[in-house]
Amino acid sequence: MIDDFTQQFLPSTVGGLAIGAIYALVALGYTMVYGVLRLINFAHSEIFMIGCYASLLVVITVGVSAPLTGVALLGMLLLLILVAAAFSGGAAMLLEVIAYRPLRRRGAPRLAALISAIGASLFLQELFALFVIPGVFGRPGRIDTAVPRIVDRDVLFRIGNADVRTDQVIVLVAAVIVMVLLDQLVARTRIGRGIRATAQDPEAAVLMGVNIDTIVRLTFLLGGAMAGVAGVLYAMEFENIRFNIGFILGIKAFTAAVLGGIGNIRGALLGGVALGLVENWGAIFFGSQWKDVIAFVILVVVLLFRPTGILGESLQKARA
Amino acid sequence: MSRKRMVATAAVLAGALVLTACGGGGSSSAPAGGEEGGGDTLKIGFMGDLTGENSGIVIPPRNGAKLAIDEYNATNPAQKLEMVEYDSQGSADQAVPLATQAIQQDKIVALIGPAFSGESKAVGPVLEQGGIPSISASATNPGLAQNGWKFWHRVVANDSDQGPAIADFLTRAKSPTKAYVISDDQEYSVGLADAMFADFQAKGVAVERDQFAQTASDYSSTVAKVSAFQPDVVVYGGYYAQAGRLLKQLRDAGVTATFASGDGSLDPQLIQGAGAPAAEGAVLACPCNIPYGATTGPLADFTTRYKAAFNTDPAIYATEGYDSATLFINAIKGGATTPDAINTAISTATLDGVSKKIAFKPNGEPDVNSIFIYQVKNGTLGLLGQSTEATLG
Repeated sequence: MIDDFTQQFLPSTVGGLAIGAIYALVALGYTMVYGVLRLINFAHSEIFMIGCYASLLVVITVGVSAPLTGVALLGMLLLLILVAAAFSGGAAMLLEVIAYRPLRRRGAPRLAALISAIGASLFLQELFALFVIPGVFGRPGRIDTAVPRIVDRDVLFRIGNADVRTDQVIVLVAAVIVMVLLDQLVARTRIGRGIRATAQDPEAAVLMGVNIDTIVRLTFLLGGAMAGVAGVLYAMEFENIRFNIGFILGIKAFTAAVLGGIGNIRGALLGGVALGLVENWGAIFFGSQWKDVIAFVILVVVLLFRPTGILGESLQKARA
Repeated sequence: MSRKRMVATAAVLAGALVLTACGGGGSSSAPAGGEEGGGDTLKIGFMGDLTGENSGIVIPPRNGAKLAIDEYNATNPAQKLEMVEYDSQGSADQAVPLATQAIQQDKIVALIGPAFSGESKAVGPVLEQGGIPSISASATNPGLAQNGWKFWHRVVANDSDQGPAIADFLTRAKSPTKAYVISDDQEYSVGLADAMFADFQAKGVAVERDQFAQTASDYSSTVAKVSAFQPDVVVYGGYYAQAGRLLKQLRDAGVTATFASGDGSLDPQLIQGAGAPAAEGAVLACPCNIPYGATTGPLADFTTRYKAAFNTDPAIYATEGYDSATLFINAIKGGATTPDAINTAISTATLDGVSKKIAFKPNGEPDVNSIFIYQVKNGTLGLLGQSTEATLG
């Protein structure tokens, strides 16, 4: 047992950080929308899926035939992130306009918005399975779609007995950069202040001259863009995507958001990384089939002692 | 692959009920009218999912059987044969009335099928009572042989032979000192993994195992375990979607051990999912003999004839369908014309078939449980041969 632990700890940690960073990026969308609207946007997992397919579209359009290196790789990653963020952010905004705004306008109860979210989630999954994947990509809709390789799996450096590969470093670095940018945006800019004000007290925010509709739209755009970046990193790292890929990952990301403290941006980061690590560490002792059990036991235990999550604060109080 | 089929079977059940009630009746009653006067044409039934969700693995054995019967009829024999098709949609509920109809109205003398295990279980007693001999080309559930049926046979090895055959083959071909067994949490996968694990242990190979959820897609913890153990072979119990992802992640992490899996992963989609470089050299096993890449001998000859007749390459269970029909044809050639006589004849027959040498045990199982080994070479699946003889290139 101790042998297992010493041999597997560092490799598991590297893997856990990579998937944890992706959880965290997706969790941001859940947490921001919840912070502003008190709505759990269950269709967010499909926004992530759209990001995955947007990056496949870019890879196919550009025509990457061999793994890239150096400047070409950097340029490709930037292009992927921009396009996928635009697609996912746009889709999230559209989702808000179609599935949530009419309900909000009519003062519908929150449960109605939740049902609308689940409906939108199923609609988007089936839309991709039936039309988009066969139509745009010419592949069967309900099985894995392979993504061409854009980064070689070279070992960049070693920590103890763990190989750290280029692709894993890219996932972590890209995720951290994007998350720091978002954090600073919310903490320092005028838009960020609007978001925080709306989260704190929507009515007072309106009185102070904040345009709620704009803020809500921006919140969906930013959260969606984060999911788009997550989609790029996921497609690059795992190279197999499918129409319902967001389902399990979305549940995990939502768990990460709750674990860190829903409504709290830094909580989502912490929750995502913690979830990724705890899953992989637990698997060392109990086997990988216990991953989900471990993750949810941790969630329950944390919520028992800290009902608002690890960081507990909500979006409005997060300070830079 | 019995579980996959059962699920699919349940899924198509409702919608298919209406459709095949008509389809099955039409296809079998039309020839029945013409036969009454003729007298020297015997009818052999073929039953399976011919138009439903899993027809992809029933059409090839149907084609194989049809080819054998057409070839026989082309020799202008005194006793002509006719193949009557019964589209059960793979459903036990539809297979039973179709079997009754086949026996009482169409008066078939023998049945090829049913294709799947679930419908075989339901139809078995009907055939037993009607005294109609049957040979299934593709039903692999181990329990079917344990019913004491006298008229039931199959020409494929059952599911419980696969795991040990894979482990035996790898032990012989690679002489591993360490093996790692992985599966997801589906019934088929765990069963296969259990069998391989036990067999490696019995052979004194150091073995460890891990399991992940069917819905998981990040296998980094499993990969970390495999990397730490440094096995010579990695075997996986499960279907191709997960196998492809797993194989890619293993190779990405620098695991170079030989990767092997069972019939659930024997699909070109495995190579798609893993990517051709990662899939290269992967070993797959199946009770079925698919003549992938055969260029010489009876398999290549069969491929040519099959392709000429159906304009497509023989796929899963095509050779087994051909052999099932050939067994009946040989019995009839030998003078047996009643179901009873045919049953007696095939029970003692030996056939040097296209798929393998075939003889039956008293319980209807093939006397040798042949498992065939395939390997991914240059991005395509190629047949290496029987697990007891094949060697890795």
